[in-house]
Amino acid sequence: MGNDATTAEREQVNAQIEALFASHPPADTPEKEFWGAQFDHGLAWVQHPEGFGGLGVSPRWQAEVDLRINEAGGSTRNRYMNVLGIGMGAGTIMAHGSEEHQQRFLRPMFTMEEIWCQLFSEPGAGSDLAALATTAKQEGDTWIVNGQKVWTTLGHLAKWGLLVTRTDPDVPKHAGLTYFIVDMEERGVDVRPLYQITGEAEFNEVYFTDTPIPDDMRLGEVGGGWSVAMTTLMNERVAIGGNAAPRGTGAIAGAVEAWQKMHGEDGDAGLRDQLLSHWVEAEAMRLTAVRAKEAAQKGTPGPEGSTAKLQWADLNKAITSFTIDLLGPEGMTYPGGYEFTRPEQTANRDAGPHKSFLRARANSIEGGTSEVMKNILGERVLGLPGEPRVDKNIPWREVPRS
Amino acid sequence: MSALTAPAPVQPFTLTDEQKALTEMVRDLLGDAASSERVREVMLEHGGFDQSLYDQLVQYGLAGLTISEEHGGAGASFTELSIVFEELGRHLAPVPMLSSSVLGTTAIQVGATPEQQAAWLPGVADGSTRLALAHLDPAGRLDADPGVRAMASGDGFTLDGTAGYVIDGASATHLLVAATTDDGLAIFYLDAEAAGIERRAIDVLDLTRPMATITFSGVEVAADAMFGGNASAALHAALTAGVVMLACEQVGGIQQILSRTTVYARERVQFGRAIGSFQAVKHKLAETLVASESARSAAYHAARMLAAHEIEELRIAAPLAKSYCSDVYEKASGDAIQLHGGIAFTWEHDVHLYFKRAKASKLLFGSPKHHRALLADVLEL
Repeated sequence: MGNDATTAEREQVNAQIEALFASHPPADTPEKEFWGAQFDHGLAWVQHPEGFGGLGVSPRWQAEVDLRINEAGGSTRNRYMNVLGIGMGAGTIMAHGSEEHQQRFLRPMFTMEEIWCQLFSEPGAGSDLAALATTAKQEGDTWIVNGQKVWTTLGHLAKWGLLVTRTDPDVPKHAGLTYFIVDMEERGVDVRPLYQITGEAEFNEVYFTDTPIPDDMRLGEVGGGWSVAMTTLMNERVAIGGNAAPRGTGAIAGAVEAWQKMHGEDGDAGLRDQLLSHWVEAEAMRLTAVRAKEAAQKGTPGPEGSTAKLQWADLNKAITSFTIDLLGPEGMTYPGGYEFTRPEQTANRDAGPHKSFLRARANSIEGGTSEVMKNILGERVLGLPGEPRVDKNIPWREVPRS
Repeated sequence: MSALTAPAPVQPFTLTDEQKALTEMVRDLLGDAASSERVREVMLEHGGFDQSLYDQLVQYGLAGLTISEEHGGAGASFTELSIVFEELGRHLAPVPMLSSSVLGTTAIQVGATPEQQAAWLPGVADGSTRLALAHLDPAGRLDADPGVRAMASGDGFTLDGTAGYVIDGASATHLLVAATTDDGLAIFYLDAEAAGIERRAIDVLDLTRPMATITFSGVEVAADAMFGGNASAALHAALTAGVVMLACEQVGGIQQILSRTTVYARERVQFGRAIGSFQAVKHKLAETLVASESARSAAYHAARMLAAHEIEELRIAAPLAKSYCSDVYEKASGDAIQLHGGIAFTWEHDVHLYFKRAKASKLLFGSPKHHRALLADVLEL
């Protein structure tokens, strides 16, 4: 992008920020009202066209907008409180939805009047998402849905769900999928908490029994659900994983704290070297995030932007596990017990060492397992050939399933 | 505020157009002049010093890259020099850049008087002087006193003792000798051919980086050969620059190893498939890719802190880069042998050259563990 265009975009964004702050002072305006005004000023997703929460400029300005709002005492917590909608659903609706969908859904999504969830994974379709088995059968203008979804973050609070279903079992698995927006208050939708390793339930299981969805809630073509789902997932891997946080924050802060508490006096040399190994890798990874962010902003992204999720997941597991080791006998405890709770946010970073240790096990599974991430890096970045596939060219019905 | 919680300074990673041009230039130059055949010929037959390649580096102004224009250099920063080192590391180019253009040059710039700098640095820039730094004892111990002692005699000094692990010590034209005097540490600038100096090449693990043991027997030096400034500061600055440039060199080696192994995994067919299609192979390469990107970040950050004279941050950035890049290089080059299979165990194949460079450069200037201990002290952990 040329400098003139960059300057023009900067001025356009700045003008809208100033107008927004003048009419709705961030620190003094109720959140929902502020977010509504933010949407109306085109500062919700700056890359969207005008009228749809954006200004039609490069998405890299969004970070600047959010920074300015935070500095002015406003809140951007809607981005993670309604992450499935704002982070993933909005881009999908812009790419594949009708103008009616865009007009209807985007604003209340951004103001958090309507929470969104994502209904992709199933007990039989984890890494192999395209194997999913929840069916939708067409009856006139309506689709009737049956099946089970799992790992549904915010499902118990959601008004709308992003749903992928199988509409044709007689074609190869990627070709028989169709994508819908489903009303979570519709009949036949049963949302149950999924009791997890930490004692909490961040996620849900969602059962569909003859749930009707009007055909005008379909995104993309019948049988075109896979490419719509890919749009959603491309955003997911950005949302999970590394970010350019300050030095020494995140899991390594917990390890340092445990070190100082337990070994500040004895200074065990072996453990100290292990602590420093983790510190060094965490810092090198943080610098990679800084470098990736800079490259993305300059429009010259390289492989450094694709490695964060994998490195972060494995390092987070290693550090949180090491932290428990540092605690010694206290590592055998689980403060507060496994009493059932429903956390309001997804990953709670202030959960303490014990809960963080257990929660971290999911890091290398959620949003793409580390094994799948390595395949992606190997094939898309390094250009290595894929494994031979036994499931690609036969009808889904005939593919073996566990 | 402690170093543990202080905000980290940062300099842009993105290369300027001039720096990109420099990258291209060095890459072209080394692509032709530092081929595997040539590197092998030099390491086996010319004592690990490629005079003709070095002449070309001098011609392009790379030997005196960080020397001021006033002294015949290019007046560039360590960011530019880091680009050169990354490319040198890709090719294992056997030239005395680390010894002369980093260790020697930086020591003189920090510890010598303006007159001494004016006398000594132009030779480095024009290629007539190649410096080697002799600062260790014969055992190469980092915390020990130098192996050479200097006694005042007449108007000058007499040097006696032995310095170990002198990089490019046998081919250098001049030596910078750290010695203990009655008044503490001093550094002397000597003609490497001076009477009483005996240089013996060490049988090194990594033949592309020669080292020598140098014995001094009653070597007479004039008083004005002694650094007029702070010798300890000079040595510290030289070694910090050495550590950081070495990390950048390691990044080049890691990248080269990854690229070559990836190409091999795409082309080598077993069981009717390219071996890179097997996840056991693919995943190892993906792991190297991930680690290589963070090694790059750590090394680039350290080089930029060096260029910006961020002294406090360098106390973190330099050991961070050296320890991390060393570990990644060792793992990546070991994995590269494994992924190539039997062919990589042969002398003819190049992977072992990188494996040896990785191991030797890991131990050069202190092991990763040593640097993590330095870092722990800075962070007060």
